[in-house]
Amino acid sequence: MKKILLSSIIVLIGVTFVLRLSYLQLFRFSPNQVLEDTAVKAIYDYPERGYIYDRNGKLLVANQPAYDVMVIPREVKPLDTLEFCSLLGIERDQFIKSLKKARVYSPRLPSVLVPQLSKEDYARLQEKMRKYEGFYIQKRSLRYYDTPSGANVLGYISEVNEDDLRKNPYYVQGELTGRTGIEKQYEEILRGRKGVKFIQKDRFNRDIGPYKNGTLDTLPEQGKEIHISLDKELQEYGERLMVGKRGGIVAIEPGSGEILTLISGPTYDPALLVGRERSRNYSKLHYDTISKPTWDRAILAEPSPGSPFKTLNALVALQEGVIKPQTTFRCYNGFYVGNVKRGCHCGGGVRNLTSGIYESCNAYFAGTFRKLYDKYPTTDEGMDVWEKHIKSFGLGNYLGYDLPTGRPGRIPSKEYYDRVYGDNRWSSTFIISNSIGQGEVAATPIQLANMTAAIANRGYFYTPHLIKKIAGEEADISNFSERKYTTIDPQHFEPVIRGMADVYTKGTAKWLQVPGIEIAGKTGTVENYTRINGVKTQLTDHSVFVAFAPVDNPKIALAVYIENGYYGARYAGHIASLLIEKYLKGEITRKDLEKRMLEKTLEHEYAKPYSGEEFKINEYVW
Amino acid sequence: MFGKQLLRRIDWVTIFLFLLLVTIGWVNIYSATLTENTGSILDFSQLYGKQLFFIGVSLVTVVIVLALEASLYERFASILYIIMIGLLLGLFVFGKTIAGATSWYDLGFFNLQPSELAKFATALALAKYLSDIQTDIKRRKDQFYALLIILIPMMLIVPQPDPGSALVFAALIFVLFREGLPLAYLWIALLLIVIFITTLMYGTAWMAIGLALLITIFLLVKKASFKVPTLPLIMFYVLAIGFSLSVNLVFNHVFEQRHRDRFSLWLRLEKDPAKLEQIRKTIGYNTYQSEKAIESGGPWGKGFLEGTRTKGDFVPEQHTDYIFSTVGEEWGFMGTAIVVLLFTLLLLRLVYLAERQKSDFSRMYGYGVISILLIHYFINVGMVIGILPTIGIPLPFFSYGGSGLLGFTILLFIFIKLDANRLNEWL
Repeated sequence: MKKILLSSIIVLIGVTFVLRLSYLQLFRFSPNQVLEDTAVKAIYDYPERGYIYDRNGKLLVANQPAYDVMVIPREVKPLDTLEFCSLLGIERDQFIKSLKKARVYSPRLPSVLVPQLSKEDYARLQEKMRKYEGFYIQKRSLRYYDTPSGANVLGYISEVNEDDLRKNPYYVQGELTGRTGIEKQYEEILRGRKGVKFIQKDRFNRDIGPYKNGTLDTLPEQGKEIHISLDKELQEYGERLMVGKRGGIVAIEPGSGEILTLISGPTYDPALLVGRERSRNYSKLHYDTISKPTWDRAILAEPSPGSPFKTLNALVALQEGVIKPQTTFRCYNGFYVGNVKRGCHCGGGVRNLTSGIYESCNAYFAGTFRKLYDKYPTTDEGMDVWEKHIKSFGLGNYLGYDLPTGRPGRIPSKEYYDRVYGDNRWSSTFIISNSIGQGEVAATPIQLANMTAAIANRGYFYTPHLIKKIAGEEADISNFSERKYTTIDPQHFEPVIRGMADVYTKGTAKWLQVPGIEIAGKTGTVENYTRINGVKTQLTDHSVFVAFAPVDNPKIALAVYIENGYYGARYAGHIASLLIEKYLKGEITRKDLEKRMLEKTLEHEYAKPYSGEEFKINEYVW
Repeated sequence: MFGKQLLRRIDWVTIFLFLLLVTIGWVNIYSATLTENTGSILDFSQLYGKQLFFIGVSLVTVVIVLALEASLYERFASILYIIMIGLLLGLFVFGKTIAGATSWYDLGFFNLQPSELAKFATALALAKYLSDIQTDIKRRKDQFYALLIILIPMMLIVPQPDPGSALVFAALIFVLFREGLPLAYLWIALLLIVIFITTLMYGTAWMAIGLALLITIFLLVKKASFKVPTLPLIMFYVLAIGFSLSVNLVFNHVFEQRHRDRFSLWLRLEKDPAKLEQIRKTIGYNTYQSEKAIESGGPWGKGFLEGTRTKGDFVPEQHTDYIFSTVGEEWGFMGTAIVVLLFTLLLLRLVYLAERQKSDFSRMYGYGVISILLIHYFINVGMVIGILPTIGIPLPFFSYGGSGLLGFTILLFIFIKLDANRLNEWL
């Protein structure tokens, strides 16, 4: 025992050391250590962020220089603070406070003293800067917007946060990243790749030369420019029409799926989120919880689609063979569900498919819907068939377009009703509202626009998208270039499109014809409710309109959704016809109609629920 | 007896390991102290140049140590010991203060640290006393005198203050164990340490439960013939709890905050991770940096002169107490494992040599050498890799420092000389 005691201790110690060392050097060692090494500083060389152009090559987003005044506190020599402050355009107290703050942060490292000088201040300061030791001007690049529109589509960039840093090791504290919209979706293309230089430091954080003689250093890779499918003029025009209104507009080129315009109202000038005032402006927009300017209604609002949905129900009924175009239903200024009468605004009388559409007859589509369900032995089976057809139009699920947010909308399934009412405790009368686009169905404006494009194409659509060119070359993304077919055969579209064309010639939108262009459209008037102090209260109907034109060779398909705009032909119909004319002709011939739309606002309507008083809805005042 | 006969009889394995360690040590000192505008390696204004000079001095000393008559060491052991005690005492009057510790004599060209030299002198004196025909380590009185030989230099070194160096002398107790001091002392000491640590980590209640469990297990697996000493067991248990209670008292009221912080750090007593991190980066700054440097070396290291943390001077005292972190960063696990292996081999070789001695004095001195080298190596590397609290003592043959290198060289080579002379003992 005595003889081996010391030997055992020696061996035990050796084993312990080796175990600890293998824990440190083999287990805890991370091979990605150059970036984490406190003894190595990485200096980044940032490439310029790519520009964004519209479909016609018009500039939307570029970059502008901004100038930060930086300070390295320990290098500051006594100076004439009064003169310097007047050059900087700041108060002396503020100057002293900022300098103190910088010193607390680090006497050796640069801090921002005055962020983002104006160009004028910069010009004045530039020449005299040499006089002030320890201060220098650092150029930064900010986004510059060559349009007041499209904030919701373009998105904005901002500094990376903790979450970004955790998710993506590329970023370093203080860098910028696309936060929403195109800036986020195509971040990596626009951003490029920063170059890096590694510098060996000592423990006082002083540079003592290149790390490994610069063998690990990289050059920056330029950000690429992109062209997006928006039409700058149409987008700007549409946003002007939306002033004072809430809602969303989406226009798509049916032949390609390219999004021509994507408008959310109210919106804001994208330039607000750049520069010194950025955070103040952002809070103002973000905390406006009533009009929600940062909430993109074009892709996030999910109202019931209303009457435009009737066109789909007609197509499904034709496909299933339960009606023919000449099949008629009688409208008694409404229809009966059991003993309960539901109203209709069409004026009553015998309706066939075309007049059912152009007069938007509720009774006709309720009848059609029943026939569809009567074809199958159980409601469950009818429901499955109906759901399959409707969903083939891109409804009830995420569309897959190239914006980072979206909503699926809702096409109810039998499981949905089983959940709501219980298994086998519902029947077709429970779901009859879906026949006219009310009830449980819900769709975002972009889904409605896509549905309209599918009708315009007579049976297929391309996934809507914004990307057009990357670095001057046509973007080739298979998801956006392949046709998505609906489950409806092409021959069933013609009678429905006829009915939609008649909407303009003799139906609900006959006052909105555009001279020289044949348009197919469908109005929608959507009942909606809100809660005021916990009481369910009906508000003025939403105004919805879908249309495409020209009927025989569609160039544009769009959906317009105006909150509380009353009946479909009113706000939504007007705006739709103006946008179609603007896009196809380039100018507006109906100046009075245009003037009315530019001037009218719905602010009085939006103020009603907040007035605290009783109010009337659906007023005919115009 | 100098010449061919000696060269044939000295243990070349030990000398080879010694030279290897000194060389590797110097290479790492070179890397740790190299500055940008460097001159030749013989530039004596640079630390690595100085160390090279010390290595030269040590090698000359080796020759002298080997050349002297082996019996001289035994004969002059007491006198050497008394001279060293004198030198330690003299520090209180003539000592030079560096970094707060009055541990040096200023010899002009060189600062002499007598505590380094006191190590081999004490080892010699202890061996001499124990090997005396009249000494019996089983006797309380002789145990007391043996302990006194160890305690006197400790008492003189603690107030310098240099508690780390003082602690080294405690290792000489292993010599006593080898020579017959009842091992019960060792077990009791170990038990006290375990109770101390478990009390700090888990509190008295858990410690008591754990100990009771251990005793129960011990009673269950005991031989049938074993008569249970009930009363002593109960007394032992009560004493253990009493000690445990006093631990809390001492820790909270006698220890200073800086001591408490070291324990908090070592045993991870601080449960709040933010606060622990704070302690790590302040009190534990050195260890934090050295651990990080070693960790960043990975399996193969960053390469000679490529250690970024070494170059950036991140680890304080890297060329002295923390030299092992340079090995870790630049040579990786491969390097650290080799150094640990070399020390293990050297120590085991010395155990083998000590056991083959015919003379009691040589064997006892050999054990003294092993004890001193082992505790340096254990505490130093343990501290640098973060498993022991910070205690500043050098790594033998590695760390920068003339007195240290000279002291360790003399310590080792006296033993090599004694070993080479083992066949001449009867002369």
